[in-house]
Amino acid sequence: MIAVDLEHAADFDGWRSAARRLAMAGVAPSDVQWRTPGGLRDLFAAEAVMPDVSENGGELRVSRRFVDLAERVVCHRDEERFALLYRMLLRLQEQPKLLELVTDDDVFRAENMAKAVRRERHKMTAFVRFREVATEDGPAFVAWFEPEHHVVRLTAPFFVDRFAAMRWSILTPELCVHWDRQALSFTPGATRDLAPDDDRLEEHWRTYYAHIFNPARLKIAAMKREMPMRYWKNLPESSAIPGLIQSASRASEGMIAAPALVAAKRSAKILKQVEAARPSAPHVGGLEGLRQEAAGCKRCPLWSNATQTVFGEGEANAELLFVGEQPGDKEDLAGRPFVGPAGQLFDRALADAGIDRTAAYVTNSVKHFKNEPRGKRRIHKSPNVSEINACRWWIEQEAALLKPKLTIAMGATAIRSLTGESHSVLKTRGQVLASPFLGDVFVTVHPSFLLRLQDEADKRREYEAFVADLSEVRRLVYG
Amino acid sequence: MAQLDSMAKLAVLADAAKYDASCASSGTSKRHSRDGGLGSTEGMGICHSYAPDGRCISLLKLLLTNHCIYDCLYCVNRVSSNVQRARFTPEEVVDLTIGFYKRNYIEGLFLSSGIIRTPDYTMEQLVRVARLLREDHGFKGYIHLKTIPDADPRLLEEAGLYADRLSINVELPREESLTELAPQKDSRSIRKAMGGLRLRMEEGREERRKSTRAPRFAPAGQSTQMIVGADAAPDSEIIRTSATLYSGYHLKRVYYSAFSPIPGSPTALPSQTPPLMREHRLYQADWLYRFYEFSVDEIVASTTDGMLDLALDPKMAWAVSHRDRFPIDVNRAPREMLLRIPGLGVKSVDKMIRMRRLAALRLADVARLTRSLKTMRPFIVTLDWHPGAATDAAGLVACVTPKIEKPLQLSLF
Repeated sequence: MIAVDLEHAADFDGWRSAARRLAMAGVAPSDVQWRTPGGLRDLFAAEAVMPDVSENGGELRVSRRFVDLAERVVCHRDEERFALLYRMLLRLQEQPKLLELVTDDDVFRAENMAKAVRRERHKMTAFVRFREVATEDGPAFVAWFEPEHHVVRLTAPFFVDRFAAMRWSILTPELCVHWDRQALSFTPGATRDLAPDDDRLEEHWRTYYAHIFNPARLKIAAMKREMPMRYWKNLPESSAIPGLIQSASRASEGMIAAPALVAAKRSAKILKQVEAARPSAPHVGGLEGLRQEAAGCKRCPLWSNATQTVFGEGEANAELLFVGEQPGDKEDLAGRPFVGPAGQLFDRALADAGIDRTAAYVTNSVKHFKNEPRGKRRIHKSPNVSEINACRWWIEQEAALLKPKLTIAMGATAIRSLTGESHSVLKTRGQVLASPFLGDVFVTVHPSFLLRLQDEADKRREYEAFVADLSEVRRLVYG
Repeated sequence: MAQLDSMAKLAVLADAAKYDASCASSGTSKRHSRDGGLGSTEGMGICHSYAPDGRCISLLKLLLTNHCIYDCLYCVNRVSSNVQRARFTPEEVVDLTIGFYKRNYIEGLFLSSGIIRTPDYTMEQLVRVARLLREDHGFKGYIHLKTIPDADPRLLEEAGLYADRLSINVELPREESLTELAPQKDSRSIRKAMGGLRLRMEEGREERRKSTRAPRFAPAGQSTQMIVGADAAPDSEIIRTSATLYSGYHLKRVYYSAFSPIPGSPTALPSQTPPLMREHRLYQADWLYRFYEFSVDEIVASTTDGMLDLALDPKMAWAVSHRDRFPIDVNRAPREMLLRIPGLGVKSVDKMIRMRRLAALRLADVARLTRSLKTMRPFIVTLDWHPGAATDAAGLVACVTPKIEKPLQLSLF
């Protein structure tokens, strides 16, 4: 039997260096006794004699994951924690993937211990309550805490990160930690009477606690699950709990029974002022008036799933009316047509075809974004005929005001909207079709078609074809 | 009006803030104060306390003032309510936040406000508190600011540079209900503001990809809240609205808040205890959509008259109405099918997948991977277990329905 004396209850480094030497010497787990100060001792155990292992005695391999696990497990109060880890260390040499076998007895136990330690560390970051004390060097903050596992060293860096500019101490029965704004130090355990017993803000904190509580939703079990009662004795707010529970049902019954309390006179006056201050929509005509009207459009159900109406954009004296399909994700958020990737491509093609951007008014056949929510994304869905028909009203209005020299239908939806008929884009591309409510309609592809192409050569060829279509538009209008 | 002392103001303004369910302090950028200032954030938020309503207390959740010029009927602070009013100065909120923070009571501040004078003026006051905390006190803890949709975009911009999280409440699942119950609010401008925030957050991340010095804009994203049970919208409508919000504005969370009776509640609203079980089921459905790869239509298909089953969680409800998909062999089924097994969570599924590469799973293994083996038994096949005809048995629903289910919340009184 070999005994290993560790320096403190969660001495990971000590365990690691001893375990390494023992493992390389081939010492069986049952022949090692791990001892910590204050831990249980076997009276008949042998004295600590470490086997002499030279540094080149072989190699010991463990994953980072095991080290992480072991760093947590050593903090557990279970007396067998070091023995368990040593046994696992040896097993890992034969079975490198042991940790994936989460239902293995050792792995399951170690994971549960690590989980308990993580939870206790978390609860310590949550439930430590500092009390301010005056000292010769200025204010200091002192807390009394009783952790269930040996988590003080593990948790101390959290408090340094958070309160680096404060001087603080956390006293516990086993180990105390102190931060002097420069370095951490540890001293032996203390008793509760060494910690201050009040703080100037605790009454405020209790007041806050009592008033943020909603008496209509009493869920005592949920509170106790997350804030077990063993922590209560060191939480200043816990003294308020019994009274709050007791008065809760009375308070919420009172609210239900109480008649509506209305400060009628005062509120009528204020509401009148609010109404008066509201900017009333000016009655403007033209495209701007049309845009304002369209903002509240509910001619089809598409508005309900979209952010806003995306109306057309361009100068009132534009000679070319470009009509696409519908706004996309970006357009829906920005409230402007053709600002997404397809819009950028469209702008570039327009420039390459020598068309002045200000001569173009761009709009969509359907003015709300039709989509289907899928997780964090919205999947584009093509509008159907009834949605296209419902929205045609707006294009008619836009066209009537603009009186364009030529209208360009980009893609199948625009053809449907402008001509009332279905035509294949590829068959009618480059042709001029007739519209029942405006003059000639020139057909080309939608720029998003170019974005969907995968092959680089296809992309180049189709982009050139698109520019060629736009050049034809320029020739038709400007000669 | 008599001057209230700070304790009395705290009582009034915490009372006024408690109907906002959000208290999250997670998911923001990692910060510490080793090089100055006060405070830190880790990836995970910390709940510093729990109230007897079971809700976590992570942030100092306050209204700057509960004076309000709007008249939203569901709100205790509406102009026509004669609740006691109070107003903090920005400096008072800052002092309280710092004082609480140094004692480790809180992770930071969640500040909201009644609308006073104008939306711009109100937003300016909120931003001022955040600016004082960040710039004058070097505060590195968590800040959540309620965003007023009609405020000037420049104020929202400034808010996003100081705050970790911004939120705008959609309040009610139906647009018509909002028009009716909150006549001064406009659901269109709420959605537009959310859309604007999403664009700005994406822009911020893009800038930070180019330069790590670019300022962060609301690194913990945006969230919202919907009140459940104040209007007639069924669960199916609420779930659809949530999906629209998640997909459209990339919200971190949609909070559901069971409508609570408020002091002096107007008669237009239901006078009943809050529908807590309904709220719970909605959260479960929300989880199925976000983490379990259920589509909205699948969740809605298992509702009755648009309502989720109160006695059965929605994943179980789906399973009992799709018995032909079960039992599922946990040693072979793909991840998306494992996620459909009632009682099996995302973490357990991923552990299962890693483990089954090394060894075939037995029932005892499953028992150690999850806490709800009893629930799962009729739905799974392992190396040493097959439920036989149990999945088809007519009594399945009875056998998987928890027996301790209370008759809703009515038993509280």
